[in-house]
Amino acid sequence: MELILDITLLSLLLVTAVYIAWTRDLFAAVMLAGIYGLLSASFFMSMGAVDVAFTEAAVGAGISPLLMLSTLAICGRAQRANPQRAILALISVTVVGLLLISATLEMPAFGSPDAPAHLHVAPRYLTDSMREIGIPNVVTSVLASYRAFDTLGEVVVIFTAGLGVLSLLGLQGETLPRQVQSPMAEPSHLVLRVVGKVLVPPIMLFALYVQFHGEYGPGGGFQAGVIFAVGFILYSLVFGLDAVERIVNRSLVQALAALGVLVYGTVGVLGIVSGRNYLDYSGLAGDSVTGQHLGIIAIELGVGITVAAVMMLVFFVFSAQLVRGRVVQHAS
Amino acid sequence: MLLSALYNYWVVVLLMMTGLYMVIAQGNLIKKIIGLNVFQTSVFIFYISVGKVTGGSAPILSQLATVYSNPLPHVLILTAIVVGIATTALALALVLRIRQSYGSVEEQDILTRDSQC
Repeated sequence: MELILDITLLSLLLVTAVYIAWTRDLFAAVMLAGIYGLLSASFFMSMGAVDVAFTEAAVGAGISPLLMLSTLAICGRAQRANPQRAILALISVTVVGLLLISATLEMPAFGSPDAPAHLHVAPRYLTDSMREIGIPNVVTSVLASYRAFDTLGEVVVIFTAGLGVLSLLGLQGETLPRQVQSPMAEPSHLVLRVVGKVLVPPIMLFALYVQFHGEYGPGGGFQAGVIFAVGFILYSLVFGLDAVERIVNRSLVQALAALGVLVYGTVGVLGIVSGRNYLDYSGLAGDSVTGQHLGIIAIELGVGITVAAVMMLVFFVFSAQLVRGRVVQHAS
Repeated sequence: MLLSALYNYWVVVLLMMTGLYMVIAQGNLIKKIIGLNVFQTSVFIFYISVGKVTGGSAPILSQLATVYSNPLPHVLILTAIVVGIATTALALALVLRIRQSYGSVEEQDILTRDSQC
């Protein structure tokens, strides 16, 4: 049964990917990319990677198509063909693909428990993490404690990407005439407005649950941050950007993005102050397991704040571009 | 059973090549980014497939299970997905800037404009 599910999902993924490459309508390609994200989330679920499936469902099927659609709204949905290049590309891709497939013949069988990947650090995480960290979700203990330094690097990458988007596009949006409505906000869509309003509080509540329950079940700062941002994005899609900016304005979001990284780094420094290594939480409380708990909650909070703020910031900047495009169009 | 042992890896290779094809062959910058996303997700699928143990449950410790999937690839991919969306956003922002300066997102138009000046 598991095998059939596996083969079906992967075949569907393949069909979707080929159609994305085939179609010349970019709108269709973006919508299919959303389906591709949802399919891969289902695949991760069937592989037992619940935390990953969670993230991919929120990112791959939610935010990523949304950002691409906003880009399409500015750049147009038609795409030009290039037949000569296609043949050349097809040949080189086939050669590379055959080489890679011949390399897979030497790989350990899928799911075999004695594959090299399962023999080094993984058993230690599974057997000792309960005693050392004291939380059931091993993914969270590896992410937030054993490999906290990696995660710090990734949070900084996200923050830097947010800064990059801001420096490329953000500064142009400031001169907008204030009375311009968000292009998506159509007052006539009564159903959207009612349903959107009802949906926002449960989304926020769910984000908080995912944030603080990440130690015991699937979840954590990354997922919660994305879900939290989705709540605000949904609201601004239905009621317009101005309505959201009345609650969280651009400078607040920018400050929050930096605050998350700061919280993460400060917890690391507290580790040094308590006489341990950077990002070692054992000394934060009386016994080491409580210390680990405190440290993980604090850094997950930092991760959540930065991820949510950067996602919202990127969305705000993109929709400000969209509004600006409309204004320019209107004026000319 | 060669098929069930390596099927996942073959699909990963095919997906990866589909993504690579889009990056090489399509001149439209947005389509290239979608191709990169397809490529990126195929790598995620590869890592998660490597982390799977037959009969293993999700790596959340409980009394009911004794065999778990490998948690390490999950950690790597979980963060890679969020970093991936952040870099995609940066790439899309670059596309928007290129569109402002060149008036087009087709690679050919951009190259012709560049060779004119």
